[in-house]
Amino acid sequence: MTAISIQHLTKRYGDFTAVDDVSLEIADGEFMVLVGPSGSGKSTLLRMVVGLEDISDGDLYFGDQRVNDRAPRDRDLAMVFQNYALYPHLTVYENIAFPLRLHKVDGKEVDTKVRKVAEMLELTEFLDRKPANLSGGQRQRVAMGRAVIRDAHAYLFDEPLSNLDAKLRVQVRTQIARLQNQLGTTTVYVTHDQVEAMTLGDRVALLRRGTLQQVGTPRELYERPTNLFVAGFMGSPPMNLLPAEIHPDHLGLPFGDIPFDAARLPASLADEDAIIVGIRPEQLADASLLADEQRRHGATLKGRIDVLEWLGDEQMAYLPFEAPEAIHKQLTELQKELDSESDQTQLIAKLDGASKAREGDEIELWLEPGDLHLFDPAGTQNVTSELKPAA
Amino acid sequence: MRTSKRARIWLGVAAIAVVVWALMPVVWIVSLSFKHGDDIDNKQFWPTQWSWDNYKTVFGTDLFTSALRNSLGISLIATTVSVVLAMFAAYAVARLDFPGKRWVLVSALAVSMFPAISIATPLFNLWREIGLYDTWAGLVIPYLALTLPLSMWTLTSFFRQIPRDLEQAAQVDGATTWQAFRRILVPLAAPGVFTTAILAFFIAWNDFVFGITLTSTDKARPVPAALAFFSGASEFQQPTAAIAAASVVVTIPVVVLVMLFQRRIVAGLTGGAVKG
Repeated sequence: MTAISIQHLTKRYGDFTAVDDVSLEIADGEFMVLVGPSGSGKSTLLRMVVGLEDISDGDLYFGDQRVNDRAPRDRDLAMVFQNYALYPHLTVYENIAFPLRLHKVDGKEVDTKVRKVAEMLELTEFLDRKPANLSGGQRQRVAMGRAVIRDAHAYLFDEPLSNLDAKLRVQVRTQIARLQNQLGTTTVYVTHDQVEAMTLGDRVALLRRGTLQQVGTPRELYERPTNLFVAGFMGSPPMNLLPAEIHPDHLGLPFGDIPFDAARLPASLADEDAIIVGIRPEQLADASLLADEQRRHGATLKGRIDVLEWLGDEQMAYLPFEAPEAIHKQLTELQKELDSESDQTQLIAKLDGASKAREGDEIELWLEPGDLHLFDPAGTQNVTSELKPAA
Repeated sequence: MRTSKRARIWLGVAAIAVVVWALMPVVWIVSLSFKHGDDIDNKQFWPTQWSWDNYKTVFGTDLFTSALRNSLGISLIATTVSVVLAMFAAYAVARLDFPGKRWVLVSALAVSMFPAISIATPLFNLWREIGLYDTWAGLVIPYLALTLPLSMWTLTSFFRQIPRDLEQAAQVDGATTWQAFRRILVPLAAPGVFTTAILAFFIAWNDFVFGITLTSTDKARPVPAALAFFSGASEFQQPTAAIAAASVVVTIPVVVLVMLFQRRIVAGLTGGAVKG
C-alpha cells in the first residue's frame, strides 16, 4: 500500500498531447476515480502510472520513490484491463496464480492464496475451467482475482465494467466497492461513467482533453463544479445550462425572470451583459404542488412541456428553448464533447411522480434562487462562490 | 430445389473427379511398389502378385537407409532452427518498433523469390572452398534460407492476432518481456508454430535441387537426390519398382505429420482471452 504522487505528468504522441501537465495526489488507501469522456486522456494517464506508456514529462512517485523509469513488473501494481486480458490457455486457477508463479512463490502457499481469493470472489467451482467457458461477469471476477492475489502497492482498474450488461454492472460495482473497503488498498479507477465515479470514488478527478478540470469528493464535484464542463458532466440527467441576460435586479432566462441583484456579481464580470446559469433538474419543482408560502420565497419559470417521461416515482419534463447564437454554439459543442447526440438546447426538470403535468401543457417550475450556479459566459469558471453577499 | 439438387450432384461429381485426378499417380506408385519382379511392364494397373520384395530391396541398400537418415536429420534441424529464429524475428516485427521494420518482411519475401537453381551453382563452388560441401550443415543452411521467409510471414501474422493486452497484463503481473513471450505469446501462437513447422519441414524434405547439387556421398545425400542413384536388380532392369517403394516410404512421414498436427491446428485456441 502506497500513496501515489502524480506531478505534472505529460504524454505526447508527436504533436498531439494526450495528457497535459496533470498533477494529482492519491493518498494511501484512497479510492481515486479518473473520469472523463472518451479521448480525455484518463486511460493514458493510468497506463503511465502502471508503466505501459512512457512518461513524456513530469514525475511519478510511489511513496517517496521516483518510479518514472521502472518497468511495469518493478512497479508492483495490479491492474484489471477493460477486456480482462485473461490468459486463454490457462485455467482460472492458473490465471489467478500467474502473478505468484512469476514471483516464484512456493506451491503450497499459492494453493492457499488462490483458494482464498476464489472463495472471496465466488469462483471456487470454476477453478478448473478455461476463460472461454466463463460468462462475462465470471471473467471479470477472474481478472479481479488475478489483481488482488498479491499485495500490490495499488490496484488499477481500466473501465472494468464497460463490457458488462447494465444489471451486472451494478452488482460488480458494489462488489468492487466492498473489496476495496475490505482490503484498504490504494485504488485508481478509470471510467467514462459519472455514476460509477460518484458511487465508487473517495475522490474523483475529472479530465477533459488531457487536462485536469477538478479533483474532489463526488459531493464537491456535484455541488460546486468549477466550470461548465464539470457541471455538464456530473449528474444524470446533467445540469441545465441556460443563457441569462443581466439586469440590475433580475436575470432574464428563456423561461422567465429570476430576482437577482446584479451588484453582487464579481468585478471580473462587471462588463458582461449575459452569463450562463446552471440549474440541476432536481432543483426544479412543479409549482402547482407547492404551498403558497413556499412559492412566495422562490422564483418561478414558465414553459411548455415538449416531452414528458413518466418513471413512476418521478418524471422528466423536457422544455426546449432558443439560446442566442454564440451561447447555443457553445452549449451544443459542450454536449458533443460529453458524448451526447443532442444538438438542441432544452431544459430538463425532474418532477415529482404526483405532478399532473401533461405533454403540451404550460407548466410553472419553482426553484430556490440560492441553488443557482452562475458561470462566466466563456464557461471556464463557476463564479457562484465569488458572489458578494446579498444586501 | 431442383436446380440446387442438380448443382449438388455436379459438385459431387466434380469433387470425385478432382480427387481421382490427384490421387491416381499416388495409387499407381503404391501399386507399382508392390509389384513382383517382372510384372513392372505387364501393362496391368494392379499387381498380379503382391510382394514386399521392393521394400526389402530398398531397406537393404545403404544408399536408401543413409539417405533417409540424412533427410530426417537435416529436415528436422532446419525446421527447428528456422521456426525458433522465425519466432524471434516475427515477435520483433509484430510487437517492437524499430526503423526499417517494413523492409524486414519485404526483403524476406524478396529473398524467397529467387529460384533455388540460380544459387545452387555458386553455393556448390563456395561450399567446396570452405568445406561445407557434402555435409549436413551444407544443406541445413540453404534450407534455412528457403524456410525462414515463409516461417516469418506466417508467424508474424499469428503473433499479430494475439491481443497485446495479454502480454501487457503479464508484464504488470511481474513478467519480464522474455517471460511474457515464452509463457503467454508462444503457447497462444502454438497452432501457428505447428503450422509453420510443418510447412518448413515439407520444404526441406521435398527439396531436390540443393540435395543433388551440394552432396556427393552417403554422408549427406537426402532421399530425393538418392532416388536418382537407384539401380535395378540386374543391369538390364529398370529400378522403377524400387524407386516406387522408396517414394512411398518418404511420403509416409509427411502424411503422418499432417495427421499428427492437424489436431493441433485448431482455430479458437485464443477464445475467451478478451471479452467474447
